[in-house]
Amino acid sequence: MTQDPIVDIRGLNHWFGSGDARKQALFDVEMTLPRGSFTVLMGPSGSGKTTVLTLVGCLRGVQDGSVRLMGQELRGADAETLTGLRQRLGFIFQAHNLHESLTAIQNVVMGVQVRPGVPDALARQAAARALGLVGLADRLDYLPANLSGGQKQRVAVARALVGNPALVLADEPTAALDKDSAADVVDLLKRLGAERGTTTLLVTHDNRILDRADRILTLEDGRIVSVEDRT
Amino acid sequence: MSRLLQRLFGRLPIGWLQLTHKRGRFAAALAGVAFANVLVFVQLGLMNSMAAATLKPYGFFQADIMISAGDANALAEGGNVARQWMLQALADPEVAEGLSLFVGTVPWDRGETDIALTTFGIDPGRPGFIAPGLTEDLHLLSVQDAAILDRLARGLPPDEAAAIRPQTPLRFEAQDRTLTALATFAGGGGFGGDGFMLVSDQTFLSLFPSRSSAAPDHILLRLRPGADVPAAIARLRGLVSDQSLRIRSYGDAAAEDLRYQQTQRPTGVIFGFGVLIGVLVGLVIVYQVLSADVADHMREYATFKAMGYGPRFFLGIVLEEALVLGLLGFLPGLAIGTAILTLMGKVTTLPLTMTPGMAVTVFLGTVGFSALSGIIATRRLAAADPADLF
Ligand SMILES: Nc1ncnc2c1ncn2[C@@H]1O[C@H](COP(=O)(O)OP(=O)(O)OP(=O)(O)O)[C@@H](O)[C@H]1O
Ligand SMILES: [Mg+2]
Repeated sequence: MTQDPIVDIRGLNHWFGSGDARKQALFDVEMTLPRGSFTVLMGPSGSGKTTVLTLVGCLRGVQDGSVRLMGQELRGADAETLTGLRQRLGFIFQAHNLHESLTAIQNVVMGVQVRPGVPDALARQAAARALGLVGLADRLDYLPANLSGGQKQRVAVARALVGNPALVLADEPTAALDKDSAADVVDLLKRLGAERGTTTLLVTHDNRILDRADRILTLEDGRIVSVEDRT
Repeated sequence: MSRLLQRLFGRLPIGWLQLTHKRGRFAAALAGVAFANVLVFVQLGLMNSMAAATLKPYGFFQADIMISAGDANALAEGGNVARQWMLQALADPEVAEGLSLFVGTVPWDRGETDIALTTFGIDPGRPGFIAPGLTEDLHLLSVQDAAILDRLARGLPPDEAAAIRPQTPLRFEAQDRTLTALATFAGGGGFGGDGFMLVSDQTFLSLFPSRSSAAPDHILLRLRPGADVPAAIARLRGLVSDQSLRIRSYGDAAAEDLRYQQTQRPTGVIFGFGVLIGVLVGLVIVYQVLSADVADHMREYATFKAMGYGPRFFLGIVLEEALVLGLLGFLPGLAIGTAILTLMGKVTTLPLTMTPGMAVTVFLGTVGFSALSGIIATRRLAAADPADLF
């Protein structure tokens, strides 16, 4: 089983809109993410990076072709299966998307509690440990409003990683951050991912991140135009 | 509270945290729910007191069957009944006794205030028709122009009422006659009159010279012990040739009167509408708060959806919020409602009180309707599309 790829995409096409406005966004995309890999998806604006991410993340229905996530075919899968799969993913968005009414640790607890049956005390413990790993052990009870941009994004990283997801999907997680915070966040993702054997798919424009990638895929106008292996 | 909700829902009390995060809005929402509760309490209080006031005079008498004119919707309303029907009814072997009941309003000019006394004229020789507490004084009415007065009547000072005894009677002028109050009983002001008075049928007829002993307002009948009331009513309906007459059990007569007050009389209808409006106000307020709250947290909800939280989780949050609003809004509503009813009761001398039944009804209604508006508000959640987050 371990040699099975986490993500296996074959002949993926995707369209937006309908009728005359119908427009193809992805053309015959193929991609394989081995377990534990750290892959960066690059490409100009509008090339389809986010579309790929939302399809892999079970946030959009697969229209044509095949996306296998942890061995499960997503095309034609029902809503319950998709919700169940999402519980095993970690999402990091461009905006941190933390809940303003919840403290840092409560936000991270939400990443644990999505799976039923986790006792409160255990969830809090795991959340505190995750926040410790991202260097926020002294900010557990801060509301997002009282954290800096970089700190908020690190809480989001902790939230994504706390449930030990098989796959982390990150869409330009550093876009809103200054240079130092951006490098911090990516290093964290890379290091924690490696420690836990998590697979990461990260979308970015940011050249500073490239040297941390195992593989770099480049999309242009909905087609994969280059695959660069660095291992 | 936070702990309690965490126990209850088995997760972080997100609804509670969300509501209390915006303190101003939370306070306004609670005030709104409390206000709606007060509205409902006051209207329910008025409804209850109207019911109590309507049923009160029925408690002065006891009978099995009451015969009234077809248009006599209430004790003091409608035409009268020919006494001949009582005589006919007495021919039935199960009917033991009959009473002519006269009802009229006697104004008592007390200088500053006029008191309107709903006055009942009865034959003092028939104590079987009179409620147990009143029978001892009944013989006093045999004297012409004697009266038993309502000591709780509006406008009658309590110390003045308390002094009334056969040895120290209270004489007063009414309908150009001098009446002598020899004893008192507990009635109370209602919506139709300020109090009650009992006199003999003879005294009644001299107070109302236009009335005739052959045409009382109602006929009360008592059956022999163990008699079947519905069967007797059915027989009497066959016996009485005037089909417009109302022949029904005494209890049904009271219930009909109450239904008439609540559904046909403007006051009753207004109170009913008041309750409805209170419920609607509460529903709208809770819906507004919850749907605004959902709209404000679309991004967060979409994030939770992306993380793998299902529809039940979101319904749970909104129901949690509804529960919090219902619960915390109810308590001040109860306190203020009780205070207002007590105050109104003092000013109007109507029997206005907060009853446990009212409190429980309004509490269940508040939580139920809050949950209902919560469920309506979650429909907006469908718009939280996690695909839009990237
Ligand atoms: N919801 C949508 N409805 C219609 N068209 C869409 C939608 N989302 C994306 N598209 C179109 O699909 C194409 C790919 O969009 P996508 O968001 O995947 O690009 P991207 O590579 O993420 O760009 P960026 O770097 O600007 O985020 C674009 O032409 C875009 O206009
Ligand atoms: Mg994008």
